[in-house]
Amino acid sequence: MSQTRKQLLVDPLVDNNPITLQVLGICSALAVTSSLNVAFVMSLAVIAVTGFSSLFISMLRHYIPNSIRIIVQMVIIASLVILVDQIIKAFAYEISKTLSVFVGLIITNCIVMGRAEAFAMKNKPVDSFIDGVGNGLGYSLLLMCVGVIRELFGSGTLFGIIILDPINNGGWYVPNGLLLLPPSAFFIIGFLIWGVRTWKKSQVEAREYKIQSLEVH
Amino acid sequence: MSNSNNIFIRFKNMPVDGIAKTVIVATTLCFVCSMVVSFAAVNLKSIQDANKAVDKQKNILQVAGVYYDGINVKQTFSNFEPIVVDLNKGKFTDKFDPFVFDDKKAAQDPLLSMSLKDDPASIGRRTNFATIYLLKKEDGSLDKVILPIHGYGLWSTLYGFIALEKNCNDIFGLQFYQHAETPGLGAEVDNPKWKAQWKGKKLNDQNGDLMIQVAKTKKYENHHIDALAGATLTSNGVDNLVKFWMGEMGFKKFLINLKNGAA
Repeated sequence: MSQTRKQLLVDPLVDNNPITLQVLGICSALAVTSSLNVAFVMSLAVIAVTGFSSLFISMLRHYIPNSIRIIVQMVIIASLVILVDQIIKAFAYEISKTLSVFVGLIITNCIVMGRAEAFAMKNKPVDSFIDGVGNGLGYSLLLMCVGVIRELFGSGTLFGIIILDPINNGGWYVPNGLLLLPPSAFFIIGFLIWGVRTWKKSQVEAREYKIQSLEVH
Repeated sequence: MSNSNNIFIRFKNMPVDGIAKTVIVATTLCFVCSMVVSFAAVNLKSIQDANKAVDKQKNILQVAGVYYDGINVKQTFSNFEPIVVDLNKGKFTDKFDPFVFDDKKAAQDPLLSMSLKDDPASIGRRTNFATIYLLKKEDGSLDKVILPIHGYGLWSTLYGFIALEKNCNDIFGLQFYQHAETPGLGAEVDNPKWKAQWKGKKLNDQNGDLMIQVAKTKKYENHHIDALAGATLTSNGVDNLVKFWMGEMGFKKFLINLKNGAA
């Protein structure tokens, strides 16, 4: 094992964050970050799914025929997602209405599949579980950062508690409506990636090509 | 005993990419996963159904204006009396138990519903029986009538309730509990400011003609709801469905009877 278990858990938070470094799982990050409550439940769901799917896939890794490995991974992930979806519907009905299809779409979240294929197929169950949870946490961390910005400046609240009193409530703050729409998450994630890469220079990718200098004829 | 061990060892020694192992792994995995999923679905269904029921009750409380945060929904809802109405006759019916009767299922049943030729709300079939809710005052007299309404907007069927005052003509409120209109545009039907417009508007004029209207230009002060900007088709949908359900094919006959005490 080149990485310790602690590294497996902590590395995906900043150094190897699935969203900022690998740029995976963007789609759901756009959709569910307009309020923190929703982002929080989504985070828990993703952590549970990445953790347990990695665990089960790793336990079965010696028995999974190579020819159908992607399908086997999908079946395990899909079952876990349905399980999570059913549980949310039973115990957090209000939030399940806002999350609607996005819990179901965890199935297609590239992070889950990516960890299964890249890590769980080659490593021991416990390590895979920790790796899955770590990546889920990395995703959650970014989701919460984006969620704080969007909810605070978009509706003036955090977790539904009024921080900046919005003007249509008799207060002074004029909410920025753009932040409640999905495109705003693109900008925020873009700025966060910029910020992280300015802080950690090692994450800046090498150029794949060099722009030719203009020759004067 | 050793037999089962043998099978397991034989399975373990099979080539991982062989056809036999592929089939066995795929079948077993599908079986186990489907067991897990169906076990969860069946066991959690009762809790989920209870949630849905409470959510619907909550919407009824909201449209009747008696909802506030932290209220005991079930207890407050017991002040409402659900009754099944025969829409063709415009009278109450005791053929069905209002606590069990399902309007949506009835609309699919050829015996309990009719296919619509003139169908402004785009609902295809209309149930002949609808569950309505009466809110009574402490002395037992009628306070508000809550009627279920639904119809097609832009992307989805909007399901909601309209609450009327006891004169069966003044609107108290309107609220949709299920729809999938565009967030920020059509979904503004949930905006409290827009919903507040409905309060105090009248369905019919003095002659009893249905005048209520969701439109961009104001024709009649007492009957006009300002349409949503940027959501013409959703607004048209709401206009159509309210007109349909408050009209002859909807609850009009029943409302006249109820007002005259003949329901």
